[in-house]
Amino acid sequence: MTAAAPDDDGCWLSAAEQARQVKAGARTARALVDGYLARIAADDRDPRRLGAYLHVDADGARARADAIDAAIARGDDPGPLAGVPVALKDVLVTEGVPTTASSKILAGWVPPYDGTAVARLRAAGAIVLGKTSCDEFAMGSANEHAATGPVRNPWDRDRVPGGSSGGSAAAVAAGLCGAALGTDTGGSIRQPASFCGVVGLKPTYGRVSRYGAIAYASSLDQIGPMARTVEDVALLTEIIAGVDPHDATSIDAPAPALRAALDGGARGLRVGLPEEYFAAGVDPEVAAAVERALAILRDAGAETVPVSLPHTRYALAAYYVIAPAEASSNLSRYDGVRFGRRGGDRQASLLDMYRHSRGDGFGAEVKRRIMLGTFALRSGYYDAYYKKAQQVRALIARDFTRAFDDVDVLAAPVAPTAAWRLGAMAHPIDEYRADVLTLACNLAGLPGLSVPCGFTGGGLPVGLQLLGRPLDEATLVRAARVVERGAAIDRRPA
Amino acid sequence: MDALSREDVEQIALLARLALDDDEVERMRVDLAAVLVHMDALAEVDTTGVEPMTHAVPMDLRLRDDVAAPSLPVEVALRGAPEVVDDCFSVPHIIDKSGTAAS
Repeated sequence: MTAAAPDDDGCWLSAAEQARQVKAGARTARALVDGYLARIAADDRDPRRLGAYLHVDADGARARADAIDAAIARGDDPGPLAGVPVALKDVLVTEGVPTTASSKILAGWVPPYDGTAVARLRAAGAIVLGKTSCDEFAMGSANEHAATGPVRNPWDRDRVPGGSSGGSAAAVAAGLCGAALGTDTGGSIRQPASFCGVVGLKPTYGRVSRYGAIAYASSLDQIGPMARTVEDVALLTEIIAGVDPHDATSIDAPAPALRAALDGGARGLRVGLPEEYFAAGVDPEVAAAVERALAILRDAGAETVPVSLPHTRYALAAYYVIAPAEASSNLSRYDGVRFGRRGGDRQASLLDMYRHSRGDGFGAEVKRRIMLGTFALRSGYYDAYYKKAQQVRALIARDFTRAFDDVDVLAAPVAPTAAWRLGAMAHPIDEYRADVLTLACNLAGLPGLSVPCGFTGGGLPVGLQLLGRPLDEATLVRAARVVERGAAIDRRPA
Repeated sequence: MDALSREDVEQIALLARLALDDDEVERMRVDLAAVLVHMDALAEVDTTGVEPMTHAVPMDLRLRDDVAAPSLPVEVALRGAPEVVDDCFSVPHIIDKSGTAAS
């Protein structure tokens, strides 16, 4: 168990504090890396290991740590994340470090380049500790659709960590990295952050370059940070945000000054409570924890006002047409030719080689979504499904625009329940339904954040979801910081 | 949405270039039908005159300067391929010996 590790190894410090101590010479980057490697190895010996990591780059991390320590000894400044060991969801490509998207079809693939967000973290002094498990190609809500098996929730090892960025959430929550990156297409950062009691931010669509993020649904995907504090999430977002010539959809806007916004408080903030997000179906214990967070915001001078997002009930249907449709196109590149595994025997025709490479290489949920997407894009069905879903998407976005005429930020539960038991979701549609409170944010391209705000009676973490205007991550971190201070959550699982 | 037949599923699987065994076809038929029932909710929404939203954030695509930049060396680009012949990705034959397209 990780609890046996010494507490003075710095592994529970925030990323911002780790960087401060490394730069001040109070702690070496190498000691931080060695501390995490020891904790990861200890967890791996546990019969009920978390399984958060798919690949730990021990040699690479030690070498990089030594280089950073040497730079500091020379008097250089390695950057705002100097010596911070980070974990990366395995859909983020890393030069020289295996990247599989938790899929058999990419087993053993070693990318020849770093994605932009990863390169920016490295340039800021961060150390890539390893790659974390996720649902295969980021398709899932519990991290149970990983070819390598499920990840356990550090707060209750019989439960899921959420998904699809479940490995990153579990690694942050269990003190197995300084901070992490995930991706969020329909809630895949916010929901596991809520389930594991960490802070997670999905930035505005286009805020962070998607170059080097293995594509699931390109009009929805966004990379974002997962960390133990709101300050860390602000810091990592500042570093990874910004226009990138390699991603034509990245937004050319000034870098967000999020750390400067952290201590703005909640006085005068108008917080909208979308009635559709508090409707029947939200577990009473989740609702109670969220209500306590709203009380913290009100005590700090915020005003909460009811708002309506009338098309919310159609978000699920719109998302599960649009995302699979885009996925069916994006995943056509896995064909057994340029990378990944090849299926079929050597005598197979080209068509059979494609069919068997993909049929053998993809897991059940990925195949289901490719089939759904192919169905929706078929000639004769396009208008009824894909085009219709995009029209409904426009109405969902319009609901938000109208709400933000009156309020500064929206607050709601992240998910209807806390983490469920491993294996509890018997039917795909039940798992899809669990995404109902996070999908609309992606459809509208808004920034969204989950901050821990309490626990269920059974000790499972619950997050508060905050949704903001496009490019207004600053208001999210400002409100989240108020909740973080007021709720004063103990962040360590027993 | 009418119930999906096995033939529908097999046709979609061919379009998607997915080899499915018999059990998978049947499971897919049941699962897809169960999911598609929920998609029918979209038909309730009046979308008359609503422009489809193709992207989250409206923006004009930027043009970059037409300047050559370094790309991956051939051996690096080929490193992840399942089968390589000389400097090329190798695939099963596309034209058979009689000169017609192989199926």
